[in-house]
Amino acid sequence: MTMPSPTSDIYEIRDSEDVVVVRQAVRRQAVSLGFNLVDQTKIVTAASELARNTLIHGGGGKASVEIVRNGLSTGLKLTFADEGPGIPDLELAMRDGYTTKNGMGLGLGGAKRLSNEFEIDSAPEKGTRVAITRWKA
Amino acid sequence: MPAKNRLSEILASHEADLLQDWLALQKASASRKTSAADDKVTASLSREFLSGLRDAMQSDSSVDLQTQAWASVRDFLTNLAQSRAKSGYTPTETASFVFSLKEPLFNRLSSSGDQATLAKDVWTTTLALDRLGLFTMEIYQKTREQVIDRQQRELLELSTPVVRLWENVLALPLIGTLDSSRTQVVMQNLLEAIVSTRSDIAIIDITGVPTVDTLVAQHLLKTVAAARLMGADCIISGIRPQIAQTIIHLGVDLSEVSTKATMADAFQLALKRTGATITTSKAK
Amino acid sequence: MVSIQVDMHDRLALTLQDDLTSQIVAQGAHGVLIDISALEMVDSFIGRMLSNIANMSRLLDAETVVVGMQPSVAITLVELGMPMRGIRTALDIEKGMLLLRSEEFASASVSEKDAKDDDAVPNV
Repeated sequence: MTMPSPTSDIYEIRDSEDVVVVRQAVRRQAVSLGFNLVDQTKIVTAASELARNTLIHGGGGKASVEIVRNGLSTGLKLTFADEGPGIPDLELAMRDGYTTKNGMGLGLGGAKRLSNEFEIDSAPEKGTRVAITRWKA
Repeated sequence: MPAKNRLSEILASHEADLLQDWLALQKASASRKTSAADDKVTASLSREFLSGLRDAMQSDSSVDLQTQAWASVRDFLTNLAQSRAKSGYTPTETASFVFSLKEPLFNRLSSSGDQATLAKDVWTTTLALDRLGLFTMEIYQKTREQVIDRQQRELLELSTPVVRLWENVLALPLIGTLDSSRTQVVMQNLLEAIVSTRSDIAIIDITGVPTVDTLVAQHLLKTVAAARLMGADCIISGIRPQIAQTIIHLGVDLSEVSTKATMADAFQLALKRTGATITTSKAK
Repeated sequence: MVSIQVDMHDRLALTLQDDLTSQIVAQGAHGVLIDISALEMVDSFIGRMLSNIANMSRLLDAETVVVGMQPSVAITLVELGMPMRGIRTALDIEKGMLLLRSEEFASASVSEKDAKDDDAVPNV
């Protein structure tokens, strides 16, 4: 049996050009997995929102792009992690229209709506970790 | 340290002749004639399965397919089942790949030890192959279902054409029960048709739709919103009283959407909006 | 008229916003046409940028029309929940121009300027 190849790519997010790099990497991956155009656009857009959050609110961080499998289904799992100030009130932050001083706005709620799965882990002083997954139709 | 079991011993020490017997059995029971190339493929697949089975049995003799020990065997069988399902093999042809291994294995088991040990070994072997065989069947089944689903969807795309009623006006007559995935496909087609025909207005006619549930209603609304974002507009026609009631009950807000009772009314409205007029000339 | 061809990073988007508004003033334009037919993704930042452009232009007495949004982008924006308030849209440039012209009084003029950024990040 052949060993499974590593399925996770990691990207640094240090400036706004990195956000574009992540977007394009996600697009490439989604295309190669055969996602249809609408699903590609959804996950790329969600990635853009979350990458930007990581940059602006997390003070920079990392993004990982991972191919995941569940039985017959193939999916793309993106994780965004930062060591920033963390989100004090998650429920509030997930609500649309909520804006912090810097305008986090729709980022989290939107990314959740655009994905099949959404997980978030954040607390003040503990940084933030958001993971989204989109399964191929 | 997992106890060494007879099965993995046999798999380790008798691999070559076991493979030969198994291949012969597979060929003999095959319902279709196989070419030399097919045989080569089967041989290589069988060899791979045997070595995977041996490794997995050595790690976990309890045959818990969910554990990591069986991961690569699962992957192998998944690929096998998927490709056979897609190539049109029957369920039996697919599963017999695994089940036909029983006979050669039993033959070698019986040539050793006492009754009690033999019984235990036969049980372990049966358990292992039955579980693997059933797993293969399930994947096969799911793959067949996916193939059928896709074919159905393609058929549906053909059966819900977008009609060009007039310059700048499209119509989408929906017929039959709508389910969530069908609605999504149909709506995407509509939006793409709007772009390719450069139509400012799309009439979505649901006269032929018996019931509408929340998901479908939401898809309809999302499509209207998306069309608006693109610069076109939608009119929903053919909302019967029952459907109107359902929609209100569901709390779906149609206030932003133009609706008309019949497609004809919708068409008139569309013409008015696009600035076209129909004049009748007096018959001579 | 602006045709957005590239996958912009945020700083570039802000630059575009500023450039456009100065152009409107410089040219005395009464209409702005933004062609996004090449954009394969519009996220909340770009959406806000478009809204900002529309609002600022209005203050400068110019109307904005965004044209050429791709269906998959539109579907995603709806799902994202982006309200896109105050933005007029049209299917393509021709219809966009018709829309702008119909908004104006007969004597007003529409200024067209093709503005592709030279230091843009190329699309991979």
